[in-house]
Amino acid sequence: MVDPDPHASARSEVLGRIRAAIGPDRPRVQIPRDYDVRREHGNVVELLARRIADYRAVVRRVAAADLPDAIGTLLARRQVRIMLGPADLPEEWRAPDVEWHLDDPPLTVEQLDRADGVLTGCAVAIAETGTIVLDAGAAQGRRALTLVPDYHLCVVRADQVVGSVPEALARLDPVRPLTFVSGPSATSDIELDRVEGVHGPRTLEVLVAS
Amino acid sequence: MAGTGVTWLGTPAFPRAARGALADTQLRRNLRKATHTIRDKRAAAVAELADWERLRRAGAAIKDSVLANLDVHLERLEAAVTARGGVVHWARDADEANAIILRLVRAAGADEVVKVKSMATAEIGLNEALAEGGVRAVETDLAELIVQLGRDRPSHILVPAIHRNRAEIREIFRREMPSASPGLTDDPRELADAARHHLRLKFLSARVAVSGANFAVADTGSVVVVESEGNGRMCLTLPETLITVMGIEKVVPTWRDLEVFLQLLPRSSTAERMNPYTSVWTGVTPGDGPRQFHLVLLDNGRTDTLADEVGRQALRCIRCSACLNSCPVYERTGGQAYGSVYPGPIGAILTPQLLGDLSHPQPASLPYASSLCGACFEVCPVRIDIPRVLVHLRSRVVDARGGRSPEAAAMAALAWIMRDPGRFEAAQRAGSLARLLARQGRISRLPWPGSRWTSARDVPAPPRESFRAWWRRNRG
Amino acid sequence: MRVALFATCLTDTLFPGTAIAATRLLERLGCRVEFPLDQTCCGQMHLNTGYREHAADLAERYAAIFAGYDAVVAPSGSCVAMVREFHQDLVASPSRNGAVRHTYELSEFLVDVLGVTDVGAYFPHRVTYHPTCHSLRAIGVGDRPLRLLSSVRGLDLVALPEAETCCGFGGTFAVKNADVSTAMLADKMRCVAETGAEVLTAGDNSCLMHIGGGLSRLRVGVRTVHLAEILASTEEEPWRAPA
Repeated sequence: MVDPDPHASARSEVLGRIRAAIGPDRPRVQIPRDYDVRREHGNVVELLARRIADYRAVVRRVAAADLPDAIGTLLARRQVRIMLGPADLPEEWRAPDVEWHLDDPPLTVEQLDRADGVLTGCAVAIAETGTIVLDAGAAQGRRALTLVPDYHLCVVRADQVVGSVPEALARLDPVRPLTFVSGPSATSDIELDRVEGVHGPRTLEVLVAS
Repeated sequence: MAGTGVTWLGTPAFPRAARGALADTQLRRNLRKATHTIRDKRAAAVAELADWERLRRAGAAIKDSVLANLDVHLERLEAAVTARGGVVHWARDADEANAIILRLVRAAGADEVVKVKSMATAEIGLNEALAEGGVRAVETDLAELIVQLGRDRPSHILVPAIHRNRAEIREIFRREMPSASPGLTDDPRELADAARHHLRLKFLSARVAVSGANFAVADTGSVVVVESEGNGRMCLTLPETLITVMGIEKVVPTWRDLEVFLQLLPRSSTAERMNPYTSVWTGVTPGDGPRQFHLVLLDNGRTDTLADEVGRQALRCIRCSACLNSCPVYERTGGQAYGSVYPGPIGAILTPQLLGDLSHPQPASLPYASSLCGACFEVCPVRIDIPRVLVHLRSRVVDARGGRSPEAAAMAALAWIMRDPGRFEAAQRAGSLARLLARQGRISRLPWPGSRWTSARDVPAPPRESFRAWWRRNRG
Repeated sequence: MRVALFATCLTDTLFPGTAIAATRLLERLGCRVEFPLDQTCCGQMHLNTGYREHAADLAERYAAIFAGYDAVVAPSGSCVAMVREFHQDLVASPSRNGAVRHTYELSEFLVDVLGVTDVGAYFPHRVTYHPTCHSLRAIGVGDRPLRLLSSVRGLDLVALPEAETCCGFGGTFAVKNADVSTAMLADKMRCVAETGAEVLTAGDNSCLMHIGGGLSRLRVGVRTVHLAEILASTEEEPWRAPA
């Protein structure tokens, strides 16, 4: 027999089976939320720097005013020629002596692949876990931009740093495309030992500006 | 609806499959090294959070609350995903899911898909189904790639190639990877690099990707994939079409609930404070990522599992594999002996339930593949009481067998003896005759079934008198 | 205090020395010990092998026999775990659950109820302690056995490597999955031998029978002795190997 509308019948059958499995008396479950939303860490910016460094990423703390110089120094040290950035990359971050390609009009995958690196800001950073969260907002651009290039330089402002995962999630809008980045790409697939550098950027550098 | 595809046809029951694995000295060494490495690291990562036990309780309760109203949460998820431009499909079983995916891949005009490691697609045998339909599936997770290139079977939930060491991986790459240099060494860095080069072009040119999902938020329609290598980001971001297959139990009610799981999962699985990459997307975002998003909601035995009040807690599982890493049985047999894509302690309770078959000897052997030591429960981030479920499923196995076995007869006889102290004492006296078999206080050979004990261990000679006989003489 | 000894079927039958030791130890500490002769088995083997109805019969018997006591003490973490974790689900009448709540593993009873860690024992041997899985993870006896052992005069306590790993006994697991069980046993024996101890002790005769059976088979030169027997041993009445 041919099912007239397999989608509708699969949907109603699965939902029906769920209802039958649970039965008429649905358990009432209280969720205990007594875990820590904030934890006492002292200086979260310092902790963030330490935790990112634990992933073998490079971290520098700089005064906001020195940010352009710090960017220039890092890029010069890596001898990059072509850097990418989102369309709204702040003017003052675009170090001289580097060819800047902004994502406007959108760069092709080949252009992303040919660049030496990408510079972005971020939305939130989580000190405890050494995580940077990108939400495609200001100075970040679309997701592919920070994925295809082999080098990602990310600027974190001190006021973007929170202590814990719960604090970070409270600041984020889940319907924006989000990427949580904790160190360079890595794998534990060989003997369950961690090795940095697989498909995502193999080098992550972070400038924390306060 | 009973699940299909979960187990590999032809795998013998666990004791026999385990015997072969135990004799593989390379496997034993690889597993011991890997499981011990990760155990210590996990303990350290967990010890950093003073509220770990509270997080576990919250995680378990969130999952239980989802299961208690699973239909409601799935309908909300469907509505939210649809509102954001995604398309939701429902699949009763593996065949239906595979058919949906094959149809979508063909509609996108592709003959190849890139895949993010996903237990759901392994469970339904998607790669084989796609191959039959003329579509190549390229695994992009390093361990999945090792398994695929080695024409092997997975043996671990998180690290499917855990049974392979670096030297074996180098051999597989040199043999099966055209781009691998002949001088490739077994340095894990070089091996990871070889995988990068092998897959780079695939990522940049793929038109369709298939992924699983770690979580999906009912409230917002947001889907979450937790990964390490960036292969997930490649698949989730670059192709035009993304097809995500998700077990129906993966839904969580709200965005806030992830604050619990994003702490529990990385520390339990790779023993990291946070995994390198977590991607969250909601439907389709113009100008950023795939232009078409399909979410396939998979039952495949989950509703059967949900119907068992004790066994349903297996559906809390977030696939971290801490229970595998801590299990003394898994450590010695590896995952393939379980004959299922879900090995180890969680597999021993999930596989027979998803299959809905406790009478077939292979799945029926799985709940017995445990000494009930409880190490799995202790590390489970969502507090699945695996020993309790194992014991529960054992009684379902016995019920399914219908009481007709030599074991059932022996158990009934033993229970009959134990129900009456007079009979018990008579049996003690009869048993003490076994002293005649003893030399120097020990018995080294017993007839079957006792021979299964004495194959490796002596038995103490029964004493001259039982304790109750002593008691009656001295205190009675 | 009216204390009932639940000897457990295994100890009653094969290791009477352990129950005799537990009796003498508790009496020495001022308890009036009773041994209800109707007792047989807690039903653990039946339940853990899948025979729930037989287990329920035995759980009902246990509840009826031990209902009237202030405390029930058993020299087995595993049987106590069975009673505390599973009997409630198996016994039809909740009013009979008094026995469940008042059932203690021996080291729990000594430390928590009697409030002693120095029981006046003397045992001049090098000893290592294996925390059995159910003592450790199901009922959580923690370091109580170690506190008791460190107060024993003459006893040289050495730590067991990988102590918290299962020995591979697991009830019928030992015969249903004899090969895996043996592989686990081999590692446990290696760890025991590494300590240089002459005695391995634990709170469960079932695990000790398994490990001891392996040690005996391979002539390792380590003997297994239940914790109760060490704690009962004194200068006046030192521990003696069973005849």
